[in-house]
Amino acid sequence: MQRMNAWLRRVPEWAVWAAAALPLSLLVYDTLTGRLGVDPIRDIEHRLGRTALYFLIGSLAITPLRRVFRLNAIHLRRALGLVAFSYAALHLAAWVVFDMGLLWSQMLKDVVKRPYLVFGMTAFVILILLAATSNRYSIRRLGRRWGKLHKLVYAAAILACLHWLWALKLWDAWPLFCAGMILGLLLVRLGFWVARQSKISIKSAS
Amino acid sequence: MKLGWSDVTPESLWLNRRSFMAGAAALAATPAFALSGKPSALSTDQKPNSFEEITNYNNFYEFGFGKEDPARYAGALTTDPWSVEIGGLVERPGSYGVEDLAPESALEERIYRLRCVEAWSMVIPWLGVPLASVLNKAGVQPGAKFVAFETVLRPDEMVGQRSRGIDWPYREGLRIDEAMHPLTILATGLYDKPMPNQNGAPIRLVVPWKYGFKSIKSVVKITLTDRPPQTSWEMLQPNEYGFYANVNPEVDHPRWSQATERRIGAGLLAGRQETLMFNGYGDQVADLYSGMDLAKNY
Repeated sequence: MQRMNAWLRRVPEWAVWAAAALPLSLLVYDTLTGRLGVDPIRDIEHRLGRTALYFLIGSLAITPLRRVFRLNAIHLRRALGLVAFSYAALHLAAWVVFDMGLLWSQMLKDVVKRPYLVFGMTAFVILILLAATSNRYSIRRLGRRWGKLHKLVYAAAILACLHWLWALKLWDAWPLFCAGMILGLLLVRLGFWVARQSKISIKSAS
Repeated sequence: MKLGWSDVTPESLWLNRRSFMAGAAALAATPAFALSGKPSALSTDQKPNSFEEITNYNNFYEFGFGKEDPARYAGALTTDPWSVEIGGLVERPGSYGVEDLAPESALEERIYRLRCVEAWSMVIPWLGVPLASVLNKAGVQPGAKFVAFETVLRPDEMVGQRSRGIDWPYREGLRIDEAMHPLTILATGLYDKPMPNQNGAPIRLVVPWKYGFKSIKSVVKITLTDRPPQTSWEMLQPNEYGFYANVNPEVDHPRWSQATERRIGAGLLAGRQETLMFNGYGDQVADLYSGMDLAKNY
């Protein structure tokens, strides 16, 4: 484990961005070479959205990895979150430009009316807040509130899964599995939180 | 000597398609002989989608939920021999062969718009015969008010039927006047080819003014009844899918808008087009529903 941690420590933050460039490069390559299939718009939109969710789940896994397996990759968490936000922004842009064809009248009506869009947009607004406060200045400035604010990432991740599930005609196994992973990671965090609370109350009782 | 579809050279051998193309396997199972149909005044003059598009972007949940799944897995379906059981309130119930119901000499080319309930659309050059001609062969009894359809149930050949989610077999239905309408056809081909498996071989319904899911594929059973038949999507989610399922830009799906649609194959920046009432077939079919509240009868 120590060797693993020594190795992890040497992974620089930019490596996350380099890894994040891969799915995007592949998508651009597939688009330009006509490998996307019959409905390229759907493929672009869905691949961007899924990649956003995967990186978000990656960022959620950092703390449980540290608590459960004592693997420390905390220095990569901010990059993972910012990559997730970037892909979410591209996903939204693909919807606005390609899928909706800049049809603002319908988009504005739908965004407040359709649950899957309400879920998706709420998740994105949360990600904007989190991305905007993902810097040393905000951490210092917000103090303890920063940690509370960034717990909202769980809400964003769960909303993103609901956004996906609500856009489908039938229940699909893969988005359900993603939602299960997020809930699992959340349970791990809650488990540690409960354990800490009970320790605190035992201490104060004695 | 009578040749069956299985005797024909696989299309991949003489067409030499790009091998990486999705659906190559399914195309290989497509028979090669060419069909033709008489042109019809009911055809649209809009440009049809390409054969590649029509055969690689399908909702046919018997082969999986993905749009590419039917092209990938439908090759496993045996379509020869095939018969359609016509029963219920008919004069001559029985088992009919595809060639009996839709003889090659009677085929018409019907270039129809297809509007999916998922808000995308295509234009498809079907080959087929009016459903009315098929029903008349069996002789419709005066008491018949509805027509029920069923897709073949073959979990060993249709991977999607091995998982639940839909109560197989897939079921659809029409009112008798909808079924007898000249626009309603049973199709056995598209372009100049016999129906590819992923599009509902060997024989499928096409009702162009209704959402695509009404146009049931790979039909084995047609039953005339005096009461409304159960239909698969209505059984599954009655608040989202009704019996009629007429294309209607003013009646939204509860979870998304039906006001506009995206034409498949139109390009990245083509945007959306407005969805037309009855998918643009209002002149021919609107009077079937006069006096009905279409928001209630969705």
